[in-house]
Amino acid sequence: MNTELLINLSYIVSAILFVFGLKMLGSPATARRGNLFSSIGMLIAIVVTLTSKGLLPWENVIIGFIIGSTIGAFAARKVEMTGMPEMVALFNGFGGAASLLVGMVATYTTGNSTFVNITIILSILIGGVTLTGSIIAWGKLSERLPTKAIMFSGQQIFNGALVLAILASAVMFCQEPTNPQWLYAVLGLSLLFGVMAVIPIGGADMPVVIALLNSYSGLAACAAGFVLDNNLLIVAGALVGASGIILTNIMCKAMNRSLSNVLFSGFGAVTTSSTKVEGEVKPISADDAYLIMEAAQSVVFVPGYGMAVAQAQHVVRELADHLEDNGCDVKFAIHPVAGRMPGHMNVLLAEASVPYDQLVEMDDINPQLPNTDLAVVIGANDVVNPAANKDKGSPLYGMPVINVDEARTVFVLKRSMGSGFSGVDNPLFVGDNTRMLFGDAKESISHIVGEFKG
Amino acid sequence: MEAIYLSFILMLSIFLGFELISKVPATLHTPLMSGSNAISGITVVGALTAATAGSDQMAIYLGTAAVALATINVVGGYMVTDRMLAMFKKKD
Repeated sequence: MNTELLINLSYIVSAILFVFGLKMLGSPATARRGNLFSSIGMLIAIVVTLTSKGLLPWENVIIGFIIGSTIGAFAARKVEMTGMPEMVALFNGFGGAASLLVGMVATYTTGNSTFVNITIILSILIGGVTLTGSIIAWGKLSERLPTKAIMFSGQQIFNGALVLAILASAVMFCQEPTNPQWLYAVLGLSLLFGVMAVIPIGGADMPVVIALLNSYSGLAACAAGFVLDNNLLIVAGALVGASGIILTNIMCKAMNRSLSNVLFSGFGAVTTSSTKVEGEVKPISADDAYLIMEAAQSVVFVPGYGMAVAQAQHVVRELADHLEDNGCDVKFAIHPVAGRMPGHMNVLLAEASVPYDQLVEMDDINPQLPNTDLAVVIGANDVVNPAANKDKGSPLYGMPVINVDEARTVFVLKRSMGSGFSGVDNPLFVGDNTRMLFGDAKESISHIVGEFKG
Repeated sequence: MEAIYLSFILMLSIFLGFELISKVPATLHTPLMSGSNAISGITVVGALTAATAGSDQMAIYLGTAAVALATINVVGGYMVTDRMLAMFKKKD
C-alpha cells in the first residue's frame, strides 16, 4: 500500500485516541486509562512517521529521541507535586520552541507560497512568544525572578510599537522570503514580545498565565501543522489550544477578573476596603478544638496553599481518617484558585492519599455548608472571605468564595493575625461562630491527632 | 483551497476541544494541563519530517533540536500525568 496513505490513516487512529483520552479524563476513575490511550495514539503517530520518505537522517532522529526521552523521563520522575506549575510552565516553553524551530527549518525550503510563508511567521511568532513567556513565568513561579509585576512608564507604547514592528517585519518577509534579515527580525522581536508580555504580570496571577501559555503551545503546534500541511498537528494543537483557553477562563472567573485585567493591569496595587473590619478575635486551644471535633458529625476542611507550604496535608489526612473512624462525615472543599495552578490542590491532597470522592468543588459544597457542624480553614484566606459576598466596598466583592461562615462552627488555623495575599481584611476572623487556632498548622493538627490516638 | 481545507479541520477541532475539555472536572485540571503538554509534543511528528537528509546542515541541526524538545514534552508529559493520576484513588 501507498505509505503516504498508510501514514494518514494511522494519523486518524491517533487523533481518535487523543479524543478518547481527553474524554476519559472526565472522571478520575477512567482518567489514567485515558492518558494511556492518548500516549498510544502518540506512539502510533511517531512510529508511522518514521516510515515516511523524507525524514531527518537516522542518527539525528536517534540523538533527538535519546536527549528528549532522558530529560523528559528524569523531569517526570523527579518533580515534586508542589513544583508542578514550574514543570508545566517549562514544558509549555519547550512545545513553543519546537514549533518555532519547525517554522525555522521550513524557511530552508525554497519556493514557498505566500500562504506557507504566513504560516511560517505564525509558528515562529506564537512559538517564540510561548518560549520566552514561559521562561519568564517559570522564573516567577520558582522565584528565580522577582515575582512582582514589572511596570515602567511608556510600557503600553513600547509594546504597541513592538507589535507594529513584528507586523512590518512579517510583511517584509513575505515580500522577500530569501532575505534572512526579516526572518531574524520576526524571530528576535517575537522572543522579546514574550518577555514583555509576561513581566507586567504579578506572581499571584501566574496560574492564569501558564493556562494561557498552555493554550499558545497548542496553537503553535497548529501553526506548524499549517506549515507542513499536517492534519494531525492541527487537530492535536487545537485540542490543547481549547483546553488552555477554557482553563484560563475558569481561573479568571474564580478570581472575579477579566483576562485583560490580568494581562495588562498588573497586580499588587494595594486596594483598601472602604469598610473596616471590627470585632473580637476568639482564640481556641488545640485541646478545646479536639473536643469540638470529636463531637462533630460533619467536618469540611478548606485547604489553601499555606497548607501545602507547611507540608501539613499528610497530617490533615490522618486527622480526617480519625474523624471518619469516629463516625463523622469528612469532605475537602476546593476553591478553583486554591494552589498555584488549576487543580493543584487536588493533586496535593491525592498525593497525601485523600480519596478523590472526598474532594468537593466550591459550587457543590456551598449549599451543604449551612448543615455542616464544623469548617476547618487551613492556610486559606481570601477564598473564604465573606466580604466577597456581602461588602460592596471590598476589593474582593463579587469573587466566588467558599461560604464557611455559614457552617455552625469555623476553625481558622493561622500563624498570627494578618491579612491575606491581596491585603484585604477578613471579617471571617471576627465572626461569632469563628474560633482562631493560632500557631503552626502542622503542629496544631498533629496535637489534635495525638489526642484522638490517646 | 489547501488553506480552506486546513482551516476547516482547525475550526472543527477547536469546537470538539471545547466540548471535551469542558467536561473535565476541576479535580483533574492539573493532569489535564500536563497531559496537554504531552499532546502538544505532537510537533515531534512535524519535526521528524521538516528537514531531510538532503537539507542544509543548519536545517538538520534545527530539526534535531525540535525533535529533542518535542520528545521532552511527549515523554515527560505522559509520564508525569500517569504519576499524578495514579495517586487519585477511591475510598476503599
